[in-house]
Amino acid sequence: MQSYIVLAAAEGEEHSPLVPIFSEIVLALIVFAIVLFAVTKFVVPRFEQAYAERTTAIEGGLAAAETKQAEADAKLAQLEAQLADARHEASRIREEAREQGAAIIAEMRQQAQADATRIVESGKAQIEAERQQAVTALRAEVGALATSLAGRVVGESLEDDERSSRVVDRFLADLETIEASEAAGSRGV
Amino acid sequence: MSATLIPAIISAAEGGDGEFVPPGPSSFDLPPFANLGGFEITKPMGLVVLSAVIVIGFTVLASRKAEVVPGRLQFAGEAVYGFVRNSMARESIGGEHFMKFVPYLFSLFLFILVNNYYGILPFLQFPSFSRIGFIVPLAIITWLLYIGAGIYAHGPFGYLKHATVPGGVSGPILLLLVPLEFISNILVRPFTLTLRLFGNMFAGHLLLILFATGGAALLTSGNIGYGVVGVLSFGLGIAVSFLEMLVMFLQAYVFTLLASMYIGEALADEH
Repeated sequence: MQSYIVLAAAEGEEHSPLVPIFSEIVLALIVFAIVLFAVTKFVVPRFEQAYAERTTAIEGGLAAAETKQAEADAKLAQLEAQLADARHEASRIREEAREQGAAIIAEMRQQAQADATRIVESGKAQIEAERQQAVTALRAEVGALATSLAGRVVGESLEDDERSSRVVDRFLADLETIEASEAAGSRGV
Repeated sequence: MSATLIPAIISAAEGGDGEFVPPGPSSFDLPPFANLGGFEITKPMGLVVLSAVIVIGFTVLASRKAEVVPGRLQFAGEAVYGFVRNSMARESIGGEHFMKFVPYLFSLFLFILVNNYYGILPFLQFPSFSRIGFIVPLAIITWLLYIGAGIYAHGPFGYLKHATVPGGVSGPILLLLVPLEFISNILVRPFTLTLRLFGNMFAGHLLLILFATGGAALLTSGNIGYGVVGVLSFGLGIAVSFLEMLVMFLQAYVFTLLASMYIGEALADEH
């Protein structure tokens, strides 16, 4: 306390630090007014503008991303639907082809069966016809041979057709009878 | 209080050495360094003018481009601006009116901050707001601003009632409360704003001068015991410097925060 007083006395004029000096008040007022003006006029609007632009940019980016996402989702769903359709179509075609194949095979089998039957039938008929023909030809030839042979043996002409054919017939019938009785006799013996 | 106590203590420590002049209030009365048309210009005056250049220069440069993707300077400017705008103005005043006060609060915060940090800047080393005259206009503007905001929101008598009659109180107790509220909400606030900032800057700077000049005097005293104390004094001075850095920021923050709280309170619908 004492030194304070001594100091004050040494300074000659003591100014309490709590008493503001008028020129300082005025200076601070002017300087602060200038700062306030500059900040209000040039700084705050710019910062606010930057804030607003940033908000817009971020919101715009988010909205764009959402739109893109939705588009991609729609496209994916569409593609998946198409894929399912294609799969379904493919399986239907495969089924159809299988059915068709089976039908064709059955038809072919049936046709082949029919062909085979027909060929067998015609072969049989031809064989029968040829046999008949051979029997007929053989009978005529055997008749002629036997007649001429008997004519030579008997010395009698057997050229008379009607008679000769009767004779041949009888001969043949006898022959058959003899053969039959011989067969019976041999069996009997 | 401390302004008068500390020199007394120091002079006691000094003992017989009469050469050492302990720092006191007169340490803040710097002689004018220039005379401009009859006006004496002192160092604090020059510093206040320089602070305007720094604040305007920094903020205008930082906000000049105002790009969506900020550069370093813009990012730094936006960090300070966002701090004042969002965590002080919007929190205290509310979303409806706060933008009207953001320019003032932002200017106020930076202006006080720069002037405070002069105290630890090498070569400048003088917190201009240890001169009370520079703070007075800021306190008066703040006072006018929150009272004006209150009158704007509630009308002259409405605001008077809003500021002095506490909500939910009735009866004779009001006779006691109304004058108290009037004093604390309307009369005292500019003084407390001024004195808080002034006292912190003044005392802080006094402490720094004390540890620096006292340390130097002790070191050069020729006594080994005093020399050791002098080294201690320098060490403490460094520690106090760091404390002061915190105080300088805090005082700028507190002044701005209180200003925004006063405005928000004046504009509020209910207590």
